[in-house]
Amino acid sequence: MDERTAATDVAVTPARADVAVRVRGVTKDFGSGDSVARALRGVDLDVPYGEMLMLVGPSGCGKTTLVSIVAGTLEPTAGEVVVLGQDLVAMGNARKVRFRRENVGFVFQAFNLLPALTAAENAAVPLLIAGWSRPRAVEVAAELLDTLGLGDRLAALPSELSGGQQQRVAIARALVHSPRLLVCDEPTSALDAENGRITMELIQQIAVQPDRAVIVVTHDARVYSFADRIASMEDGRIGAVSTGPRRSGPMPS
Amino acid sequence: MLWIAWKMLIGNRVKYLGIIFGVVFAALLIAQQSSIFCGLMSLTVSQIRDVEGPGIWVMDKNVQFVDDVKPLADTELFRVKGVAGVEWAVPFYKGIVRARLEEGSYEQMILLGLDDATLVGAPEGLFMGSIAALRTPDAVIMDDAGYRRIWPDEPFRLGRTFEMNDRRAVLVGITRASRTFQSFPIVYTRYSQAVRFAPPERKVLSFILADASPGVPAEEVCRRIEAQTGLQALTRSQFIWKTIRYYLAKTGIPVNFAVTVFLGFLVGTAIAGQTFYLFTVENIRQFGALKAMGTGNGTILAMVLFQALQVGTIGYGVGVGLAALFGWASRNFTKLSFFMPWQVLAITAAAVFVIVLLASLLSIRKVLVVDPAIVFRG
Repeated sequence: MDERTAATDVAVTPARADVAVRVRGVTKDFGSGDSVARALRGVDLDVPYGEMLMLVGPSGCGKTTLVSIVAGTLEPTAGEVVVLGQDLVAMGNARKVRFRRENVGFVFQAFNLLPALTAAENAAVPLLIAGWSRPRAVEVAAELLDTLGLGDRLAALPSELSGGQQQRVAIARALVHSPRLLVCDEPTSALDAENGRITMELIQQIAVQPDRAVIVVTHDARVYSFADRIASMEDGRIGAVSTGPRRSGPMPS
Repeated sequence: MLWIAWKMLIGNRVKYLGIIFGVVFAALLIAQQSSIFCGLMSLTVSQIRDVEGPGIWVMDKNVQFVDDVKPLADTELFRVKGVAGVEWAVPFYKGIVRARLEEGSYEQMILLGLDDATLVGAPEGLFMGSIAALRTPDAVIMDDAGYRRIWPDEPFRLGRTFEMNDRRAVLVGITRASRTFQSFPIVYTRYSQAVRFAPPERKVLSFILADASPGVPAEEVCRRIEAQTGLQALTRSQFIWKTIRYYLAKTGIPVNFAVTVFLGFLVGTAIAGQTFYLFTVENIRQFGALKAMGTGNGTILAMVLFQALQVGTIGYGVGVGLAALFGWASRNFTKLSFFMPWQVLAITAAAVFVIVLLASLLSIRKVLVVDPAIVFRG
């Protein structure tokens, strides 16, 4: 872990009513029989509302698996996963799809924008999935893109946008339907330092709200400074949860 | 969401056109070959269709199709006339004769002998000469395609002569007639004359053409004729289908066309299926992202089927259009028969539907099983 963010090595466990994400004893196995690979080995984690939690650790430590489970896109092998008061383990597939549609916003490492849609149309996708009319959805998405500084690029295709602009479209897409949980997977890894900083500032300014939780998977040490807390993972376990610089005060120079 | 599916589809022009090409290829081949097959089948019954007037054809009970002539005794005509419900009945000669032309060459011809008194079955498309002239000695009327075949590059001219069975025939009229399966010239003459033009046989009556009395169904009259005379009596429509069924069952024509149509179907499915699958694989992360964002499998299924139906509809339209264009462009090449009834369009549509369904099956499986967590993998 970056020394600037290693404020304390004690787990910060918020009061239960404030918890947006509660994970207990979660394991995840891939494969079966002799070839089984255990990606998570009993993970416990709480993420309170109004917090940006960063999941950090080396490649293959289980960050992406954990965040996939929390986002409801992957089933745990065992354990308890309660997100926004909903028990994801007990939830049926159809309900889980609806849960994601209504409550979770995604920012992906590879952006995953639809290449044939314009920036405004891409940002409107969650609203279209929710059944909004296309003109209204695009209008709302355009307003959000304008807030993110892309008001003049609404009609541009992803191929016509820079990496930083594409990530801003992805952020708009993640937030356009006002989700209560935002999951960001390596949001800065495909960006240069300046665009990475801008992206994290946008996420921090727009996404971090009292009624919302943000989980950021990253191993980009440059963005640790935006975290409220940092959970360090290793070999399928959370080794330590520390308070991030945002809470522990100004970073040492 | 269907709008997104459509945008995804047309977003990749190369693959989009590739899928459509596969469907167009299949639709074109299926529609074109089926239409040529229908054209060929229509040729087999053209002489039944061209004989206007009689609703009933009476023939030997062993006749299997229109060219399978098994001559009857002349007395059968009177027996048929005596059946209750028969309004009228006339003799009709049909045979293939060898004609000797003025310059000494020989040509096979289809000889049709019409009732001397009524000339029932006379050609409707006469454009040079007159039907009445058939009553003059040695008179014959020939179809225009036959005339061009015998005397290519020569203008139509009446009064030309040739010989059949050493008897002189004089051309008194030229008519348009449907092409026949054998593509021989068609020569119309009176029945009494036809039996002299034909090689001598003990029995010469090929068919008896009849019609039902007003108010009596033709099928009922056919039943009565068969019961009373032991002959085979068919309505015009029944005879047409009996002839077509014969060619379907007893010749290799349907198999040959079916093989071509099947190949078109197979190749079209392969091209469309492979390209569609590649298109889906290329977009699998996008589908995964949509699933992660809360798109259900039902919607994803609808999106893929919509894409498949889109390319199917366009491919069908273009393919059938090209087939029709081919038929239209080749309408003056008399050696090519092309007939595109609505059934060909319906069969082609069904085949294209199956093609796009098969083509999309692999893709559907792929997108339905794709783990939405795929979007978290780098």
